[in-house]
Amino acid sequence: MPIREDAAIPADWRDLLALTKPRVMSLVVFTGLCGLLAAPVPVNAVLGFAAVLCIALGAGAAGALNQWYEADLDARMKRTASRPLPAGRMDKQTALHFGVGLAVFSVVLMDVAANHLAAAILAVSILFYVFVYTIWLKRRTAQNIVIGGAAGAFPPLIGWAAATGDVSTLPVLLFAIIFLWTPPHFWALSLFVRSDYANAGVPMLPVVAGVQSTRRHILLYTLPMIAAAVAPWAMGLAGWIYGAAAVGLNTAFLILALLVAANRTADPKHMRPEKQLFAFSILYLFGLFAALVADKWVLA
Amino acid sequence: MSPAPEDEVRRRQRERARLMAILLGIFVVLMFAITIAKMSINR
Repeated sequence: MPIREDAAIPADWRDLLALTKPRVMSLVVFTGLCGLLAAPVPVNAVLGFAAVLCIALGAGAAGALNQWYEADLDARMKRTASRPLPAGRMDKQTALHFGVGLAVFSVVLMDVAANHLAAAILAVSILFYVFVYTIWLKRRTAQNIVIGGAAGAFPPLIGWAAATGDVSTLPVLLFAIIFLWTPPHFWALSLFVRSDYANAGVPMLPVVAGVQSTRRHILLYTLPMIAAAVAPWAMGLAGWIYGAAAVGLNTAFLILALLVAANRTADPKHMRPEKQLFAFSILYLFGLFAALVADKWVLA
Repeated sequence: MSPAPEDEVRRRQRERARLMAILLGIFVVLMFAITIAKMSINR
Protein backbone atom coordinates (compact mmCIF):
# COMPACT_ATOMS: atom_id res chain seq x y z
CA MET A 1 0.00 0.00 0.00
CA PRO A 2 1.51 3.40 -0.92
CA ILE A 3 2.23 5.81 1.90
CA ARG A 4 0.40 9.14 2.00
CA GLU A 5 2.65 12.10 1.15
CA ASP A 6 1.60 13.93 4.35
CA ALA A 7 2.14 10.92 6.61
CA ALA A 8 4.24 11.77 9.66
CA ILE A 9 7.49 9.86 9.81
CA PRO A 10 7.44 7.11 12.48
CA ALA A 11 9.66 7.74 15.47
CA ASP A 12 13.15 6.30 15.22
CA TRP A 13 13.84 3.66 17.90
CA ARG A 14 16.89 5.64 18.99
CA ASP A 15 14.59 8.54 19.86
CA LEU A 16 12.33 6.20 21.81
CA LEU A 17 15.42 5.09 23.70
CA ALA A 18 16.41 8.73 24.30
CA LEU A 19 12.96 9.33 25.84
CA THR A 20 13.90 6.94 28.66
CA LYS A 21 16.83 9.18 29.75
CA PRO A 22 19.42 6.34 29.67
CA ARG A 23 22.05 8.31 31.62
CA VAL A 24 19.71 8.99 34.54
CA MET A 25 18.58 5.37 34.32
CA SER A 26 22.11 4.08 34.96
CA LEU A 27 22.16 5.56 38.47
CA VAL A 28 18.61 4.33 39.16
CA VAL A 29 19.48 0.80 38.00
CA PHE A 30 22.69 0.79 40.03
CA THR A 31 21.04 1.87 43.30
CA GLY A 32 18.18 -0.58 42.69
CA LEU A 33 20.65 -3.39 42.06
CA CYS A 34 22.56 -2.46 45.23
CA GLY A 35 19.32 -2.52 47.25
CA LEU A 36 18.67 -6.01 45.89
CA LEU A 37 22.22 -7.26 46.53
CA ALA A 38 22.40 -5.74 50.02
CA ALA A 39 19.30 -7.66 51.13
CA PRO A 40 20.03 -10.40 53.66
CA VAL A 41 18.52 -13.19 51.54
CA PRO A 42 19.84 -15.15 48.55
CA VAL A 43 18.28 -13.90 45.32
CA ASN A 44 17.64 -16.13 42.31
CA ALA A 45 19.75 -14.72 39.44
CA VAL A 46 16.88 -14.76 36.92
CA LEU A 47 14.37 -13.16 39.28
CA GLY A 48 16.97 -10.62 40.41
CA PHE A 49 17.73 -9.74 36.80
CA ALA A 50 14.01 -9.40 36.03
CA ALA A 51 13.50 -7.14 39.07
CA VAL A 52 16.38 -4.84 38.03
CA LEU A 53 15.06 -4.83 34.46
CA CYS A 54 11.65 -3.72 35.78
CA ILE A 55 13.28 -0.92 37.79
CA ALA A 56 15.07 0.20 34.59
CA LEU A 57 11.88 0.02 32.51
CA GLY A 58 9.91 1.86 35.20
CA ALA A 59 12.54 4.62 35.32
CA GLY A 60 12.48 4.78 31.52
CA ALA A 61 8.69 5.08 31.54
CA ALA A 62 8.83 7.89 34.09
CA GLY A 63 11.48 9.66 31.98
CA ALA A 64 9.37 9.31 28.83
CA LEU A 65 6.25 10.66 30.54
CA ASN A 66 8.31 13.52 31.99
CA GLN A 67 9.52 14.45 28.50
CA TRP A 68 5.98 14.12 27.14
CA TYR A 69 4.66 16.64 29.68
CA GLU A 70 7.66 18.98 29.55
CA ALA A 71 8.16 19.21 25.78
CA ASP A 72 7.35 22.95 25.77
CA LEU A 73 9.74 23.56 28.65
CA ASP A 74 12.53 21.44 27.14
CA ALA A 75 12.28 23.47 23.94
CA ARG A 76 13.18 26.63 25.89
CA MET A 77 16.29 25.15 27.53
CA LYS A 78 19.64 24.75 25.75
CA ARG A 79 20.41 21.57 27.70
CA THR A 80 17.20 19.80 26.60
CA ALA A 81 16.25 21.46 23.28
CA SER A 82 17.70 18.59 21.24
CA ARG A 83 15.49 15.95 22.90
CA PRO A 84 13.20 14.07 20.46
CA LEU A 85 9.99 16.02 21.24
CA PRO A 86 11.26 19.64 21.28
CA ALA A 87 13.45 18.88 18.25
CA GLY A 88 10.33 17.73 16.36
CA ARG A 89 11.57 14.21 15.69
CA MET A 90 8.57 12.62 17.42
CA ASP A 91 4.91 13.47 18.05
CA LYS A 92 3.62 13.78 21.63
CA GLN A 93 1.11 10.98 21.33
CA THR A 94 3.85 8.46 20.52
CA ALA A 95 5.77 9.55 23.62
CA LEU A 96 2.64 9.29 25.80
CA HIS A 97 1.72 5.82 24.51
CA PHE A 98 5.30 4.63 24.86
CA GLY A 99 5.57 5.96 28.44
CA VAL A 100 2.25 4.57 29.65
CA GLY A 101 2.85 1.21 27.94
CA LEU A 102 6.32 0.89 29.44
CA ALA A 103 5.05 1.88 32.91
CA VAL A 104 2.26 -0.71 32.92
CA PHE A 105 4.54 -3.40 31.50
CA SER A 106 7.26 -2.78 34.12
CA VAL A 107 4.83 -2.92 37.06
CA VAL A 108 3.05 -6.08 35.81
CA LEU A 109 6.36 -7.82 35.11
CA MET A 110 7.65 -6.85 38.58
CA ASP A 111 4.52 -8.35 40.12
CA VAL A 112 5.08 -11.59 38.19
CA ALA A 113 8.84 -11.81 38.74
CA ALA A 114 9.09 -10.52 42.32
CA ASN A 115 6.09 -9.71 44.53
CA HIS A 116 3.16 -7.34 45.08
CA LEU A 117 5.10 -5.02 47.41
CA ALA A 118 7.94 -4.39 44.94
CA ALA A 119 5.42 -3.83 42.14
CA ALA A 120 3.40 -1.43 44.32
CA ILE A 121 6.48 0.64 45.27
CA LEU A 122 7.55 0.72 41.61
CA ALA A 123 4.08 1.97 40.61
CA VAL A 124 4.15 4.61 43.37
CA SER A 125 7.62 5.79 42.27
CA ILE A 126 6.49 6.24 38.63
CA LEU A 127 3.25 8.01 39.64
CA PHE A 128 5.13 10.19 42.13
CA TYR A 129 7.67 11.27 39.50
CA VAL A 130 5.04 12.03 36.88
CA PHE A 131 2.18 13.52 38.91
CA VAL A 132 3.83 14.96 42.05
CA TYR A 133 7.16 16.12 40.63
CA THR A 134 6.62 16.75 36.91
CA ILE A 135 3.02 17.95 36.79
CA TRP A 136 2.46 19.42 40.26
CA LEU A 137 5.70 20.73 41.76
CA LYS A 138 8.27 21.45 39.07
CA ARG A 139 6.69 24.61 37.64
CA ARG A 140 5.18 25.82 40.92
CA THR A 141 7.76 25.83 43.69
CA ALA A 142 11.47 26.14 44.35
CA GLN A 143 11.06 23.11 46.62
CA ASN A 144 10.35 20.99 43.51
CA ILE A 145 13.40 18.78 43.77
CA VAL A 146 13.33 18.59 47.58
CA ILE A 147 9.99 16.76 47.53
CA GLY A 148 10.29 15.40 43.99
CA GLY A 149 13.64 13.87 44.89
CA ALA A 150 11.73 11.10 46.63
CA ALA A 151 10.90 9.62 43.21
CA GLY A 152 14.58 8.93 42.54
CA ALA A 153 15.06 7.52 46.04
CA PHE A 154 12.72 4.56 45.58
CA PRO A 155 14.96 2.16 43.55
CA PRO A 156 16.96 0.67 46.49
CA LEU A 157 13.67 0.24 48.35
CA ILE A 158 12.21 -1.57 45.32
CA GLY A 159 15.32 -3.76 44.95
CA TRP A 160 15.21 -4.70 48.64
CA ALA A 161 11.45 -5.39 48.54
CA ALA A 162 11.91 -7.54 45.41
CA ALA A 163 14.47 -9.66 47.26
CA THR A 164 12.86 -9.92 50.69
CA GLY A 165 9.16 -9.13 50.23
CA ASP A 166 9.32 -6.52 52.99
CA VAL A 167 10.93 -3.19 53.92
CA SER A 168 13.16 -2.71 56.99
CA THR A 169 15.39 -0.01 58.49
CA LEU A 170 18.35 -0.29 56.08
CA PRO A 171 16.39 0.23 52.83
CA VAL A 172 14.58 3.17 54.45
CA LEU A 173 17.99 4.68 55.25
CA LEU A 174 19.08 4.07 51.64
CA PHE A 175 15.93 5.90 50.56
CA ALA A 176 16.80 8.76 52.93
CA ILE A 177 20.36 9.01 51.58
CA ILE A 178 19.19 9.53 47.97
CA PHE A 179 16.31 11.76 49.08
CA LEU A 180 18.70 14.07 50.96
CA TRP A 181 21.42 13.81 48.27
CA THR A 182 19.10 15.01 45.48
CA PRO A 183 18.82 18.72 46.49
CA PRO A 184 22.59 19.42 46.76
CA HIS A 185 23.15 17.43 43.56
CA PHE A 186 20.54 19.32 41.50
CA TRP A 187 21.13 22.70 43.09
CA ALA A 188 24.84 22.46 42.19
CA LEU A 189 23.79 21.85 38.58
CA SER A 190 21.12 24.55 38.62
CA LEU A 191 23.66 27.13 39.79
CA PHE A 192 25.70 26.93 36.59
CA VAL A 193 22.71 26.45 34.24
CA ARG A 194 20.62 29.06 36.10
CA SER A 195 19.93 31.17 32.99
CA ASP A 196 18.53 28.08 31.24
CA TYR A 197 16.01 27.52 34.05
CA ALA A 198 15.22 31.24 34.24
CA ASN A 199 14.55 31.42 30.48
CA ALA A 200 12.27 28.39 30.71
CA GLY A 201 10.41 29.84 33.71
CA VAL A 202 11.26 26.96 36.03
CA PRO A 203 11.36 28.22 39.63
CA MET A 204 14.60 26.50 40.60
CA LEU A 205 16.14 27.80 43.83
CA PRO A 206 18.91 29.92 42.20
CA VAL A 207 16.27 31.62 40.02
CA VAL A 208 13.86 32.31 42.89
CA ALA A 209 16.13 32.81 45.92
CA GLY A 210 19.43 33.76 44.29
CA VAL A 211 22.86 32.20 43.95
CA GLN A 212 24.14 32.79 47.50
CA SER A 213 21.00 31.45 49.12
CA THR A 214 21.26 28.31 46.97
CA ARG A 215 24.86 27.82 48.07
CA ARG A 216 23.77 28.04 51.73
CA HIS A 217 20.97 25.57 51.04
CA ILE A 218 23.45 23.12 49.48
CA LEU A 219 25.56 23.19 52.64
CA LEU A 220 22.46 22.96 54.84
CA TYR A 221 21.14 19.88 53.06
CA THR A 222 24.59 18.25 52.98
CA LEU A 223 24.57 17.89 56.78
CA PRO A 224 21.46 15.64 57.13
CA MET A 225 22.63 13.75 54.04
CA ILE A 226 25.91 12.97 55.81
CA ALA A 227 24.01 11.85 58.92
CA ALA A 228 21.83 9.51 56.82
CA ALA A 229 24.86 8.17 54.93
CA VAL A 230 26.79 7.34 58.09
CA ALA A 231 23.74 5.96 59.92
CA PRO A 232 23.83 2.38 58.48
CA TRP A 233 27.34 1.95 59.86
CA ALA A 234 26.65 3.80 63.14
CA MET A 235 23.54 1.67 63.74
CA GLY A 236 25.41 -1.56 63.07
CA LEU A 237 23.49 -2.30 59.86
CA ALA A 238 26.69 -2.19 57.78
CA GLY A 239 30.33 -3.06 58.51
CA TRP A 240 33.67 -1.30 58.41
CA ILE A 241 34.02 -1.31 54.60
CA TYR A 242 30.85 0.76 54.25
CA GLY A 243 31.85 2.85 57.29
CA ALA A 244 35.26 3.72 55.82
CA ALA A 245 33.74 4.57 52.42
CA ALA A 246 30.99 6.65 54.06
CA VAL A 247 33.47 8.66 56.14
CA GLY A 248 35.79 9.27 53.16
CA LEU A 249 33.07 10.14 50.63
CA ASN A 250 31.14 12.34 53.05
CA THR A 251 34.28 14.23 54.10
CA ALA A 252 35.01 14.96 50.42
CA PHE A 253 31.36 15.96 49.82
CA LEU A 254 31.42 18.32 52.82
CA ILE A 255 34.68 19.95 51.68
CA LEU A 256 33.22 20.56 48.22
CA ALA A 257 29.97 21.90 49.71
CA LEU A 258 32.05 24.30 51.87
CA LEU A 259 33.98 25.44 48.78
CA VAL A 260 30.66 26.06 47.02
CA ALA A 261 29.38 28.01 50.05
CA ALA A 262 32.57 30.11 50.02
CA ASN A 263 32.32 30.90 46.30
CA ARG A 264 30.96 34.37 45.56
CA THR A 265 30.74 34.54 41.79
CA ALA A 266 27.49 34.63 39.85
CA ASP A 267 29.24 33.91 36.55
CA PRO A 268 28.83 30.24 35.52
CA LYS A 269 32.31 30.32 33.93
CA HIS A 270 33.83 30.71 37.40
CA MET A 271 31.67 28.13 39.14
CA ARG A 272 34.35 25.46 39.31
CA PRO A 273 33.43 24.29 42.85
CA GLU A 274 29.78 23.89 41.78
CA LYS A 275 30.78 21.84 38.72
CA GLN A 276 33.13 19.76 40.86
CA LEU A 277 30.41 19.13 43.46
CA PHE A 278 27.92 18.11 40.77
CA ALA A 279 30.37 15.66 39.16
CA PHE A 280 31.54 14.31 42.52
CA SER A 281 27.97 13.84 43.80
CA ILE A 282 27.36 11.22 41.09
CA LEU A 283 30.58 9.42 42.01
CA TYR A 284 29.58 9.73 45.69
CA LEU A 285 26.32 7.85 45.24
CA PHE A 286 27.94 5.14 43.12
CA GLY A 287 30.75 4.77 45.68
CA LEU A 288 28.49 4.66 48.71
CA PHE A 289 26.14 2.03 47.31
CA ALA A 290 29.01 -0.04 45.86
CA ALA A 291 30.63 0.00 49.32
CA LEU A 292 27.41 -1.24 50.90
CA VAL A 293 27.30 -4.24 48.56
CA ALA A 294 31.04 -4.90 48.94
CA ASP A 295 30.57 -4.73 52.70
CA LYS A 296 27.79 -7.32 52.65
CA TRP A 297 29.54 -9.67 50.22
CA VAL A 298 33.06 -9.44 51.68
CA LEU A 299 32.15 -9.47 55.35
CA ALA A 300 29.30 -12.01 55.06
CA MET B 1 6.11 17.19 11.77
CA SER B 2 6.94 17.47 8.08
CA PRO B 3 5.78 15.05 5.36
CA ALA B 4 8.16 12.11 5.11
CA PRO B 5 9.67 10.50 2.03
CA GLU B 6 8.28 7.02 1.45
CA ASP B 7 11.60 5.17 1.60
CA GLU B 8 12.49 6.79 4.95
CA VAL B 9 9.10 5.80 6.41
CA ARG B 10 9.58 2.24 5.13
CA ARG B 11 13.12 2.09 6.55
CA ARG B 12 11.96 3.17 10.00
CA GLN B 13 8.98 0.81 9.92
CA ARG B 14 11.33 -2.07 9.01
CA GLU B 15 13.77 -1.14 11.78
CA ARG B 16 11.02 -0.90 14.40
CA ALA B 17 9.41 -4.16 13.27
CA ARG B 18 12.77 -5.92 13.52
CA LEU B 19 13.42 -4.46 16.96
CA MET B 20 9.92 -5.41 18.14
CA ALA B 21 10.51 -9.00 16.97
CA ILE B 22 13.79 -9.15 18.92
CA LEU B 23 12.16 -7.66 22.06
CA LEU B 24 9.24 -10.09 21.86
CA GLY B 25 11.72 -12.98 21.54
CA ILE B 26 13.60 -11.73 24.61
CA PHE B 27 10.31 -11.36 26.49
CA VAL B 28 9.30 -14.97 25.72
CA VAL B 29 12.70 -16.26 26.90
CA LEU B 30 12.48 -14.08 30.03
CA MET B 31 8.99 -15.30 30.91
CA PHE B 32 10.13 -18.91 30.43
CA ALA B 33 13.17 -18.32 32.67
CA ILE B 34 11.03 -16.59 35.34
CA THR B 35 8.56 -19.51 35.33
CA ILE B 36 11.35 -22.08 35.71
CA ALA B 37 12.99 -20.00 38.47
CA LYS B 38 9.69 -19.68 40.40
CA MET B 39 9.00 -23.40 40.04
CA SER B 40 12.46 -24.27 41.38
CA ILE B 41 11.98 -21.94 44.37
CA ASN B 42 8.54 -23.34 45.21
CA ARG B 43 9.66 -26.95 44.88
